[in-house]
This record gives sequence, C-alpha cells and structure tokens, in this order.
Amino acid sequence: MPLGRTYAVSLVGLNGYIVEVESDIGQTLPAFVLLGLPDASLSEAKERIRAAARNAGLPLTRRKITVNLVPASLPKRGSGFDLAIVMSALAAAGDVSNCGRTVFLSELGLDGRLRPIRGVLPAVMAAVEAGFTRVVVASGNAAEAALVPSAEVKSYGSLAEVALAFGADPACLELPSPQIFESAASVQRNVAHVPKDMSDVAGQSEARFAVEVAAAGAHNLMMVGPPGAGKTMLAERIPGILPDLTDKQAMEVTAIHSLGNAESCRELQRRPPFESPHHTASAASIIGGGSGIPRPGAASRAHRGVLFLDEAPEYQRRILDALREPLESGELVLHRAAGTATYPARFQLVLAANPCPCGLATGKGLDCSCTAQQRRRYFDRMSAPLLDRVDLQLAVHRVGLQDFAGTASGDSSAAVAARVAEARAAQRERLCTWDLTTNAEVPARLLHNELRLTRKATESVDKKMEQAAITKRGYDRVLRVAWTIADLAGKTAPTGDDVTAALLFRTREDAA
Amino acid sequence: MRTKDELGRRGEALAACFLEDAGMRIIDRNWRCSLGEIDLVAVEGATLVVVEVKTRSSEAFGHPLEAITPGKLERLYLLASRWARAHDLRFSGFRVDAVAIVDDGSGRPVIEHLRAVS
Repeated sequence: MPLGRTYAVSLVGLNGYIVEVESDIGQTLPAFVLLGLPDASLSEAKERIRAAARNAGLPLTRRKITVNLVPASLPKRGSGFDLAIVMSALAAAGDVSNCGRTVFLSELGLDGRLRPIRGVLPAVMAAVEAGFTRVVVASGNAAEAALVPSAEVKSYGSLAEVALAFGADPACLELPSPQIFESAASVQRNVAHVPKDMSDVAGQSEARFAVEVAAAGAHNLMMVGPPGAGKTMLAERIPGILPDLTDKQAMEVTAIHSLGNAESCRELQRRPPFESPHHTASAASIIGGGSGIPRPGAASRAHRGVLFLDEAPEYQRRILDALREPLESGELVLHRAAGTATYPARFQLVLAANPCPCGLATGKGLDCSCTAQQRRRYFDRMSAPLLDRVDLQLAVHRVGLQDFAGTASGDSSAAVAARVAEARAAQRERLCTWDLTTNAEVPARLLHNELRLTRKATESVDKKMEQAAITKRGYDRVLRVAWTIADLAGKTAPTGDDVTAALLFRTREDAA
Repeated sequence: MRTKDELGRRGEALAACFLEDAGMRIIDRNWRCSLGEIDLVAVEGATLVVVEVKTRSSEAFGHPLEAITPGKLERLYLLASRWARAHDLRFSGFRVDAVAIVDDGSGRPVIEHLRAVS
C-alpha cells in the first residue's frame, strides 16, 4: 500500500502534541497537497521538500502526494515538520523503509541539509511523555534534545544521511561532503558574561539587607529613590545571589528559552534568568501574545528568576495590572484566535521608581519641582492591588561620601548567596510537609494555623491592623517577610523584632 | 519539420502502440477544433478515453507529466465532449488519460501511462 507514516510534534505554548504525518501517493498527475491546518510557513514546506529531496538524490515521486497532518483540527505552525513530511512521502514511495515510532523534528534547507528549529526541548519532552522515545533532530539541535532524560536522540547533518539510516539505497543518494556543512553549521557566539557582584555596591546597608531578604524568601521588592541611588545596580545583582535552579526548574526555564530563541540551547540553564524590559514595552511583549498561537513574553522568560521593571510608574498601567494574576497563580493563560497557550510565570517582581516625576523629592524635597498632584498621579499608575503584592517596599537614599570613602565595601555576592542558600534550606525543611519551598508561597491558611506566631511576636503588626493601616493580605505578607528575616538569622521562628523589621519594609511613604 | 515536432510525432506513435497493446482501441488522432487538439482518442469497453501524450528527450527541464497543467486538463475534458458531439457518438462515460514518454534517443524510451487523471 503506498502509504507512509511518521511522527512530529506540534507545540501549543509549552505543551507539545504528537502529530501523525501520513502520506498517500495517488496515481495521477504530479501534485503536492498538504492537509491539516498548516500555517503559511508550513505550507511553504512543499517547495522546500521537493528541492531538498531532489538535491539529496531522492526526488519525490511524479505522482500526486497527499500529506495529512493528524489530528487535522490542531493548528500547526512553523517549519519543524519538514523532515517528518519528507520521510513520510519517501516511505510512501518505498524509497525508505518504515520509520516506526520515530519522531522527526527538523527544518530542511533547499540543498537537503537539516536546520535546527525552535522549541526542540519542549517538543522532545512532549514526545517522550507520549511514549515516543526515538527522536531525530538536526545536528545543531543535538545537544538541546539530549537534555531530555530517556530520549534516544539521533542527529544528522543532511536528509541523505537520515534516508541512509532508514534504509535508502546508498547508490542513488548524494551524501554531502562533511566539511561543507560543518563550516556553515556552528557559528559559535561567545557572549562575554561578566557577573555583577554585590561588593560593587557602596553603602546602602539597608537596601542590601532588603535585597538579601527578597532573594532568600523569593519576595517581591520595590525600591523607591532618587536617580543615582543605586536601585538598578542592586536589582541587577539579585540573580547573582539566588540559588541555582533545581533540575525540574532548569528544565522549565530552558524550555521557555528554547521557544523564544532561534539559537539552540547547549545545556540546561542553571542560573535564574533576569529580564528587564524597557518601560515603553507593549503588553504583548511583557505578558506574552502575538498572532496565531501566543508566544511567551518577558514575564514568562523571567520564570524562576527576576522580572525587573525599572521606572515602574512609567509603564502603562494595564501592563502593571496584568502582572497581578501571574504574581498569584505563577502562570499566564493567553487566549488567541488560534488557540490557548499556558506559560509558567513564577517570577520575582522587582520594581524601581523615582519618588516623583522629577526624581528629586527625597529627604525634605526642597529641590523637587513637582506639584503635589503630579506626585500623586505618578504613583497612582501602580494600583493598590499590585503594591499589595509587593512584600518589601523600601526607600533607597543617595549615598554620601562616607559610604565609599574609607570603609570596606559590603559582602560579596558569594557570601550573600551562601546565607541565602542556608535560609532557603531552612524554609524547605520547615515547609516540605506542605510541598512548598519558599516563604513567599506559604498560603494564609498556614500562616494562621500551623505556623501561627505568639501574640507577643505579632503585637506591632496587630496594632497596624487595628488602625486599618494595613490590609489582610498586607498583614500576611508582613508575616512571610518576618519568617524570612528569622531564617536568615538562623532562628526557628520570628520574634517581635523580626515582625517589626518586616513591617518597616512596607512603609515606603515616610521616605518619599 | 522541426526536431521538437518530430519528437512529438514519434511519441504519439509510440503511445498509440503502447495503448493498443494494453487493450485499447485508437479511433482518432490529432483531432483539432477551435478549442485545441486531442493527441489520441481511444475506446476502452464503452468508455471514451481522451489521451494527452507528452514526450521529452530528457528530464532536464522537468518530467513530461509536470507539463500537464490544471488548465490543460480542464480543456481536455471540454474537448472530449466536443469530440463526442462532433462525431455524434454516445458513450457510457469518458475519462482523460496521460502518457508520458522520456525518449533520449537511445532506442529505449520510458513510457508511463496514467489513467483517469484529474
């Protein structure tokens, strides 16, 4: 029977679905019909495939080839189906043997070479989950595909080599001379990565402690201060003091990275990512979106890392408010015409802002030229519900001469990271019974029952609550920060001092 | 006669022999009307068969079958009914076949016959 069948993976967001590529050869005039909701770039596969097959020495049959991508209702996009389609067509013609349950993930060049595609990591993960362990990818994607445990990855440089591996007649194949492909294949990009160290920060002992607390408990942080106080500098150093990602987290982060990057990942991304979109960014670029299947935005790229919004009040208000849901749920569900994509977005939000539009309303604010109304409107862009989700709100002052003149600078990132790691370990140990890892994730129910503090310890925050100066959610967040401060100090539970210290981190307005 | 026309003639003759060997009866050749030309008209059982013959000396400029365009095919269907009307004959059905010949002059032409192309 002139029927060929191979498998590929269609990605909707980070979720992959196995796509069966079946081809039939009809005894009629030459034609190539592609069925099953292909998008524009996938429809172009026909031309690429014809040229690639001919240049590999295996011209497609002079009959009508009908290729069907099953399930037909699932929208498919991109060029990653090329290899699966051509192998299916060649199997139907009897040029190669039956490919069995092998998944093919590669784009074809006109000369028959295999080109790397985006999203190989999530695609291979989906294939393995669905029980398809044998995967064929382009050489450029080999390292990335091999990151998935228990996947049997084979990589090739050209279609002719793949055909040879699946039983094509070597006499007619045009195997490329290896050096042609090698020279073009790997253009190594060497990004100079200079780690930013906490010891670069002069003075700012209070802000440094806040940053350390934020890192230790995965709390959200806002820094308000005049230009040049070092807010951006501090924020950029947070990823450096966060602990390494676990295997599972690293897989998630690398998968998102793989979707957005044309360049193939060579290894798991072990360090937490740091994303700082500019304040003119559109909602789609931060939240995720785009036409067709929505693509991940900066919030998802910052998953398990830091999303830093510098000059936070300058962002569009609706963008800031759109971040409220992922801050609670840790994921973004994006609905578009072509489908719904779910991307993880459990990021740590770090905001930086000037105290007023002119930026000089610090201390007594004598230099500030803003009116009271301008100042109020500036902070109104950040809604109360958003600020309620920011545990640490801190005023950063300009450093004085004494801060960097003689005194030794503060601890290095390595020293801070060690304390953060210890605090994280303490949290994990305490919270493992509830399947949690950081203080920021602890639900309110737990704070008021199993982890309830003594009346004496919570006296200061109770008073604030009585005065209605703090919301219920704010109250819970103070408790969470207090737990982190206690963890950093190596205590088993927060004392009254820790709670008071946590409360101080929420009162930015006195400083502004 | 020009070389390409000669090749075409030779191809049509080859195709006619081939189809007759396959059990079809050739009843007309190179029938023309204002719409175009039918290379071969054959009968198989009670079915009228309009045959388009494409001959090429090599595949360097594509396979002969690739030269049969959808427009050409549509015209062949119209021509089939024109032919039947012109000869006042009735058939239980009709179809269009295609014969591709690659004849590189070595004396062993490659003939491919496709039935009921659409």
